[in-house]
Amino acid sequence: MVFFSYLISGISLGSVYAIIALGYTMVYGIAKMLNFAHGDVIMVGGYISFCAISYLSLPPAVAVLLAMVVCTVLGVLIEGLAYRPLRQAGSLAVLITAIGVSYFLQNAAQLIWGVTPKIYTSVVSFRLPNSLTRLGLSSEALVTVLSCVVIMVALTTFVNKTKMGKAMRACSEDKGAAQLMGINVNATISMTFAIGSALAAIAGVLLCSAYTTLLPTTGSMPGIKAFTAAVFGGIGSIPGAFVGGLLLGIIESMAKAYISTDLANAIVFAVLIVVLLVKPTGLLGKYVPEKV
Amino acid sequence: MKKTLALLLAVCMMVAVLAGCGGNKETAAPTEEATAPVEENVGAENAGAASGTFKIGGIGPMTGGAAQYGMAAMTGAQIAVDEINALGGPVQFEFRAEDDVNVADTAVNAYNTLKDWGMQVLVGAVTTTPCISVSAEAYNDRIFCLTPSASSTDVTAGKDNMFQMCFTDPNQGLSGAQYITENFPDAKVAVIYKNDDAYSVGIRDAFVGAMGDAVVYEGTFTEDTQTDFSVQVTAAQAAGADVVYLPMYYQPATVILTYAKSIGYAPTFIGVDGMDGILDQEGFDASLAEGVLVMSPFAATSTDELTVKFVEEYQNRMGQLPNQFAADGYDCVYAIYNALQAAGCTADMSNEELCDALISTFTSDSFSYSGLTGQGMTWSTVGEVTKLPMAFLIKDGVYTTP
Repeated sequence: MVFFSYLISGISLGSVYAIIALGYTMVYGIAKMLNFAHGDVIMVGGYISFCAISYLSLPPAVAVLLAMVVCTVLGVLIEGLAYRPLRQAGSLAVLITAIGVSYFLQNAAQLIWGVTPKIYTSVVSFRLPNSLTRLGLSSEALVTVLSCVVIMVALTTFVNKTKMGKAMRACSEDKGAAQLMGINVNATISMTFAIGSALAAIAGVLLCSAYTTLLPTTGSMPGIKAFTAAVFGGIGSIPGAFVGGLLLGIIESMAKAYISTDLANAIVFAVLIVVLLVKPTGLLGKYVPEKV
Repeated sequence: MKKTLALLLAVCMMVAVLAGCGGNKETAAPTEEATAPVEENVGAENAGAASGTFKIGGIGPMTGGAAQYGMAAMTGAQIAVDEINALGGPVQFEFRAEDDVNVADTAVNAYNTLKDWGMQVLVGAVTTTPCISVSAEAYNDRIFCLTPSASSTDVTAGKDNMFQMCFTDPNQGLSGAQYITENFPDAKVAVIYKNDDAYSVGIRDAFVGAMGDAVVYEGTFTEDTQTDFSVQVTAAQAAGADVVYLPMYYQPATVILTYAKSIGYAPTFIGVDGMDGILDQEGFDASLAEGVLVMSPFAATSTDELTVKFVEEYQNRMGQLPNQFAADGYDCVYAIYNALQAAGCTADMSNEELCDALISTFTSDSFSYSGLTGQGMTWSTVGEVTKLPMAFLIKDGVYTTP
C-alpha cells in the first residue's frame, strides 16, 4: 500500500517534470539552443494566472488562456530581442544570454510581485474520492499526467504531419539549406518559441496547482530538473521528454522512500550518469553524426 | 549585434540592481512621537552622555530566495532608526543596508562596502551562513555586531563581539522538546528538517537529542527538493506519528501542510520561529494551519502598544504584516541605542573602543532590554540572548495562546 503511495507521488512529481521538459526539448530540438529561461517563463505563467484568478476573479479556464497568451508573447519577445541577434554567434554566447534572460525575468518578477510567497489556489476544481486521495493520488496529478499525454501526442503530430512542422524539422537539420528551400527560418523559430512558451504557461499553472507556493524563483529548480529529464530521455525527442520526466520523478520518490532522503538527488543524478555512459544520446535520443 | 547583447546585459544588470531596492522605498518618514522601547537601566557607571551620529550598517538578503527575511529585518531596523532620529536626541543614527543574496561571499563584499563607508556597528547578517563569514571579518576588525536572526551557535562561537537577538538553534530545539514532553506525553514524533540549512539542522540536533526514542521518523529535504514532500509526509503517517515537528521556515511548511491535508493526515504540527509569517502569505488558506502550534517570540497580532505601533508603521511602508525578522531588526537597533547611552559612547570613538564599550555593556548584569520580541532580555558573554519563547496556537487564522 505504502509502496503504491510512493509510486503515485513519483508519477505526480514526474509528470510535472515531463510537462516542463516537453518545452525544453522542443526548443532544443528545433532551434538547437538550451533556453535556460524556460523555467522562468513558467514562473511568469504562474503569476499571470494567479493575478487573473485572485485579482480579476476570472474563471480558471480563462486565466489559463490568458497566461498562455502572455507567455507566448513573452517567449516571442525574448526570442526576437535576445536570441535572434545572436543567431550567427557561437552557442556559448546564446547560452550565457539565456542565463541572463533567466535572471532578468526573476528580478523583474520580484520587482512586480514582491518577495513574499503567494499561495496558489489550484485551478483543478474537482476532487477525487477519498479512497484514491488516501493513496496520495491528487486530482492535480491526474490532470497533469493527462495534459502531458495530450500535449505530447499533439506536439508529435504537429511536428510530423503539418507543413509548419516540416519546416521546423528542416530548420532543425540544416538552417542554411532550409533557408535556400524558401523556408522562413526566423518565423519558424519564433513559432517554436511561441509554442514552447505556451506550454510553459500550462506547466506553470499545473506546477503551482500541485505545489501551492509561488515565488520569483519558483521556476528555476523544476526547470533544471526538467532539463535533466529532457537529457535523460534524449534531448530533442518529444516522447523522450515524457518518459525521462516520469522516470526521473519515480526514481526520486523511490530513492527518498527506500534509500535516503539525504541522497535522493545524488541517486537521481547517478542514474543519469549511468544512462548517459551506456547510451550517450539518452533513452530515446537519435544519434546524429556530425560532419567535420 | 554586440551592441544589442551589451544593451541586453546592461538591462539585466539594471533590473537586478533595481530589484535590490524594490519595495525598500523610503516613505518620507511619517514617524510621529515614538513609544520607544523602555530603557531599563540607567547605568550607574555612566561614563558620560552619549552623543553624535553613529553609522550603523545592515546586511541581509534583499534579493533571491531568502529576500523576504532580509527585507523584513532591514525595514524593521530602518523604522527604529527613523524613530530614534525623529526624537531629536543627542544620539542620531545613519543606517545603510547592503544586500548579501544569502551568499557568504557576497555578504563579505557587502561588509567591506559598509566598512569603507565608515560603519561603526553592524546589524546583521540576517541569515546564518552569511553571518558566519561576516562575523569572522568583524571579529578581526573589532566591529560590534548584533544579528537579528542568525541563530546558529557557530555565529557567536569564539567571537566576543558577536551577539544575537534571536534564540540560538539548540535553545529552540530544547524548548520544543520540553514543550512536547509536557503537553503530549507518550506521543510518537516525526521530524522533517532541511539538511542543507544550519538553522534547521541546529534545532533538529538538539530536539532529537532531547526526545530520544519518541522520534519515530526523520525525513530530510534540501533547498532543491523543497517543493515536494509527498514521500516524507506519507512515511511520517506510515510510522504512526501523531506529532510532527517542523524546524524550518514557513514556505516548505506550507507545502507540507497542504499535502498532509490532501491525504487526510492530521497530526499536531509544531513549528519554530521560522514558521511565523505563514498566515500572511497572500492567498493562504488559513484552515491548513488550523491547530498548528508555533513557538515564536513575536506575534504581529499582539495588542500591546509597542507592537501595535510598529505593525502600523510597517504596514504603511511594506503593505503587509511584519514577521519576527522585522521585529528582531527593530529590536537590534533599539538595543544598540540603549547600550550606547548606557555606556556613554560618542560617535568619535574608534571602532575598537566602541566595540569594547558595547561588549561590556551587553554582558553587564545591569543591562537588560525589553522590546517587541521579549521582556527583560539579557545577554551572556558568548553572545546568546536569554528570553522566553511563547507558544501560539493557530485558531481560525489568528494566533491564540493555548
